[in-house]
Amino acid sequence: MIDYKSLLSPTVQSLKPSGIRKFFDLAEAMDDVISLGVGEPDFQTPWHIRQVGIDSLQQGKTKYTANKGMTELRVEISKYLNRRFNLEYDADSEIVVTVGGSEAIDITLRAFVNLGDEVLLPEPCFVCYEPLSRMCGAKVVPLPCGMENNFKLSAETLKAAITPKSKVLILPFPNNPTGAIMTEDELLKISKVLKNTNIIVLSDEIYGELTYGHHHVSFASLPGMRERTVIVNGFSKAYAMTGWRLGYTAAPKEVAVQLAKLHQFAIMCAPTTAQHAAIEALRHGDSDIEEMRGQYDMRRRLVVGTLRSMGFPCFEPEGAFYVFPKIDAFGLTGEEFCEQLLKQQHVAIVPGEAFGESGRGFARISCSYSINHLATALGRIEAFIKTL
Amino acid sequence: MANGMNILSLLEQNARLSVAQLALLTGETEEAVAKKIDEYTAKGVICGYRAVINWEKAGRESIQAFIRIKVTPQPEQGFEAVARQIMTMPEVDSVYLVSGSYDMSLTMSAKNLREVAHFVSARLSPLGSVTSTDTTFVLERYKEGGVCFLENGGSDEKREVIL
Repeated sequence: MIDYKSLLSPTVQSLKPSGIRKFFDLAEAMDDVISLGVGEPDFQTPWHIRQVGIDSLQQGKTKYTANKGMTELRVEISKYLNRRFNLEYDADSEIVVTVGGSEAIDITLRAFVNLGDEVLLPEPCFVCYEPLSRMCGAKVVPLPCGMENNFKLSAETLKAAITPKSKVLILPFPNNPTGAIMTEDELLKISKVLKNTNIIVLSDEIYGELTYGHHHVSFASLPGMRERTVIVNGFSKAYAMTGWRLGYTAAPKEVAVQLAKLHQFAIMCAPTTAQHAAIEALRHGDSDIEEMRGQYDMRRRLVVGTLRSMGFPCFEPEGAFYVFPKIDAFGLTGEEFCEQLLKQQHVAIVPGEAFGESGRGFARISCSYSINHLATALGRIEAFIKTL
Repeated sequence: MANGMNILSLLEQNARLSVAQLALLTGETEEAVAKKIDEYTAKGVICGYRAVINWEKAGRESIQAFIRIKVTPQPEQGFEAVARQIMTMPEVDSVYLVSGSYDMSLTMSAKNLREVAHFVSARLSPLGSVTSTDTTFVLERYKEGGVCFLENGGSDEKREVIL
């Protein structure tokens, strides 16, 4: 009998399974559960984008592409970044097309992090940064972003956490799960703290198209920050293309050439069909984004307004498609609240601690559901709190 | 000013949304939304609210038919005279003037095939201006009024939670 425990990497064994996953295993065992837990758009990929994917298959375009992605796609990404976020990236040497934003995050961390380096991580945040950093041998330093600061990263918090070992700052804004964004002024303050350091910024801008009221500002567009920034972005959230698995990095060429190596050896190239579809998305998909953004905006207002009227302290998200209410105001801990809500009213929401210790006492509610679905679920939440 | 088109689209999808919910969804005050709805109702833009019911599931036998008819238009009144006669018949759900080889198209519901046959032969055909009819029975309803009738039809609400 093989002793797997002694053979498997101690680091991988020490990774905790995703807190989101854990909770939904419980939910899946029950009937009639209304979920507000999914972190992907409910929309289908717009038809014209799907059609181009289908056409490419009919034309037999089924082979590998260039490692970094099709030239045509990289040119469109470069134009898009310029058009939307005022960025300049050379299509040939500075953009790498990846398998979703997730791979982009992984290769960026692996390209920079050495054993013992510190990765600075604003929390609450998406669940992948911590385990992927730890797999590189990093020590993860959480930067708490509390509700009192609208879940934003403050320059003071950042400054206090910097040590000579600090290597990478992750900037996950617009934020999953809080919906916080960072305005230009707020980012400028961050940039001043970083100015005379050697810290690299991994700016995860996957929700950059989904902001309400403010246009997203890319960290790399700030004076002097391009040289220290790797932008992670992709097609999943903006174009409702999660299943196509397509993202990219935009970084200075000295960095991109290293990212390209990791990508090339581990992945070869991103899915060919998805790349064809993505070209169409970038060329003709602006109005689709507009339409979906409008829908998320309506739902966000419905969810925030209804939760507040029930008595939940609730931050108004300015980006992404999540609402992050404080749920421990009813005499239960956050975890108890989620568990009892699931058991009594069969509504599944994700406890905030799944997104880091500073999420404790909150819960993530996804707005990527139809209005009818949201209204029904909110009705059940109201019925539940009346019993408390 | 409340965004009227938005309110109408939302109500068309779900007529049971409350004024408070509509106000949140559109970012307007409840007063502005209520006023807009009153205006639309008074003007006849909002013509009514109804539930979409799957009668088979409710246990009531029911059959739906599409009936196309050829009509001789009446002097002065064209097709409207016959449309007015037909639309007052309670079995008839909808009446349209249509293009193509027939002039008008109706949908109707009845308990069974015999009732439809009786309607066509005893009530519709005898109308002086109706020259011929063509009846089609519905065998299965898949979608109606924007609502899918198949289990989980078109709905993707049960998505995988992957992380």
